[in-house]
Amino acid sequence: MNLFEIVNEIEKVDPEIHERLNPRRAAIKNITSFGSKVALAAMPFALGTMFKKAYGAASTADVIGVLNYALTLEYLEAGFYNAGSAKPGLFPGSDVLYINKITADENHHVTFLKNVIGSLGGTAVAAPAVDYTGGNNKGGGPFATVFTNYDTFLAVAQVFEDTGVRAYKGAAPILLGNQVVLTAALGIHAVEARHAAAIRKLRNDRANGATAKPTILPYIVSTASLGNDTGVAVANGNYAGEENVTQGGVNLSSLASAAVVTAAFDEPLTKDQVLALLVGSFIVN
Amino acid sequence: MKTETNSTTGGANMARRSFLRYAGAGAAAVAVLGASSCRTGHIEPPTDYTDIGSGDIGILNYAYALEQLEAAFYLQVVATPYSGISTAETAYLTDIKDHEVLHRDFFKTALGGAAIKGLTPDFSTINFSDRASVLNAAKLFEDTGVKAYDGAGYLIQNPDYLTIAGKIVSVEARHASLIANLITPGSFVNPDQVDENGINRSASIAEILGAVNGFLKTKVIASSFNYDKV
Repeated sequence: MNLFEIVNEIEKVDPEIHERLNPRRAAIKNITSFGSKVALAAMPFALGTMFKKAYGAASTADVIGVLNYALTLEYLEAGFYNAGSAKPGLFPGSDVLYINKITADENHHVTFLKNVIGSLGGTAVAAPAVDYTGGNNKGGGPFATVFTNYDTFLAVAQVFEDTGVRAYKGAAPILLGNQVVLTAALGIHAVEARHAAAIRKLRNDRANGATAKPTILPYIVSTASLGNDTGVAVANGNYAGEENVTQGGVNLSSLASAAVVTAAFDEPLTKDQVLALLVGSFIVN
Repeated sequence: MKTETNSTTGGANMARRSFLRYAGAGAAAVAVLGASSCRTGHIEPPTDYTDIGSGDIGILNYAYALEQLEAAFYLQVVATPYSGISTAETAYLTDIKDHEVLHRDFFKTALGGAAIKGLTPDFSTINFSDRASVLNAAKLFEDTGVKAYDGAGYLIQNPDYLTIAGKIVSVEARHASLIANLITPGSFVNPDQVDENGINRSASIAEILGAVNGFLKTKVIASSFNYDKV
């Protein structure tokens, strides 16, 4: 391993690498001059630590970027529940309490994220144009009855909540180094998961009642080959990867069934993956 | 000292190395310490305790401790179902048991020699034949798990470990939501767990261990995270 060769390679794509590493330059020199004393095996660790110091803490711009991405998703969700709530009689009486609480949470998320972005000196993005039928503003998308049929509404809600969980999970590592924002993001992530489980239970109870054996479960129970457990094939992409059975390099297939292994771990999606799933369908482009 | 035989890690050496690849020398040092500590089965000293350690390994052991507690609880719940349990509740609690046991086994396998010892639970305050007692305890454990993972996330240095914690905490949140709704329909995001911004509350390692040690004969301390006595 040649440390400076690596730094030079990075310099080609990041001219500021030396500035980033500047506080650590002494450390680099020390490693070079005392090279014979540094165990070769320790080099990757030392290198990783230096790069983590240089790149690990999220820049304010990166944090604002993640927050605006999150805000876009929350606009989508809040707008969805607000539109559903505006349709008299769409929700059965027993479910109104559930939907109202989720609606309130999503609107609070929008307000909170806008405030945090502002406090960091950023500019909050505007709410996107949306089409909750999934038809990219042409109407008559796959969920054409979303605001006239409660079961369709719940199916879309479930996909939004499960996808929201995946989105926050995927973005969290970008926030490492910012305790306040990361902790808040993880807190929203958990609430989206609480919502997802509640929506899933509402759907199950409509199909099976509350006491019989459930068939729609509060967690994502994938098969070995298909992440999507909703039965809504158009949402396959939203669940792609949930069938993963390897965690931290450990294949868990020998410890439990695919149903258990996949349900016990939720999988992340990157920002690009999430936007590819939403833009051109629910978010108008 | 009794040596623990681990039948599940026979082929896991490579996987474990992959999991711990960034931890390097630190993990090795912890492993040496871990190997010298007492294991379950040994006669318990007057004060039975274990320290989660420091750095990312400490956080992973913290998670392992919580998962051990949850797994032990649900194993008991499923083994001795409360009176009047519904078909749905049996299915849910069995699923949750399976998830928590897998979380426990995952951490044990992944941490390998760096793992803390097996913890002995103390569920003497829980009436396993009573639905309310069981579900209230389940709610406490799930809510505690969510607050613990969310509160410790910022302490993790390796982004891969943060992602793994994220993969598990959302499942704990799903459990928490389900259990809350079984106790009181519609209580899945109540103010006891979710603040006025719609954000799940979080808690420090010291707060969490202070709460869960009451359910453990083996006390868990975290001397590197401001919780060094029970």
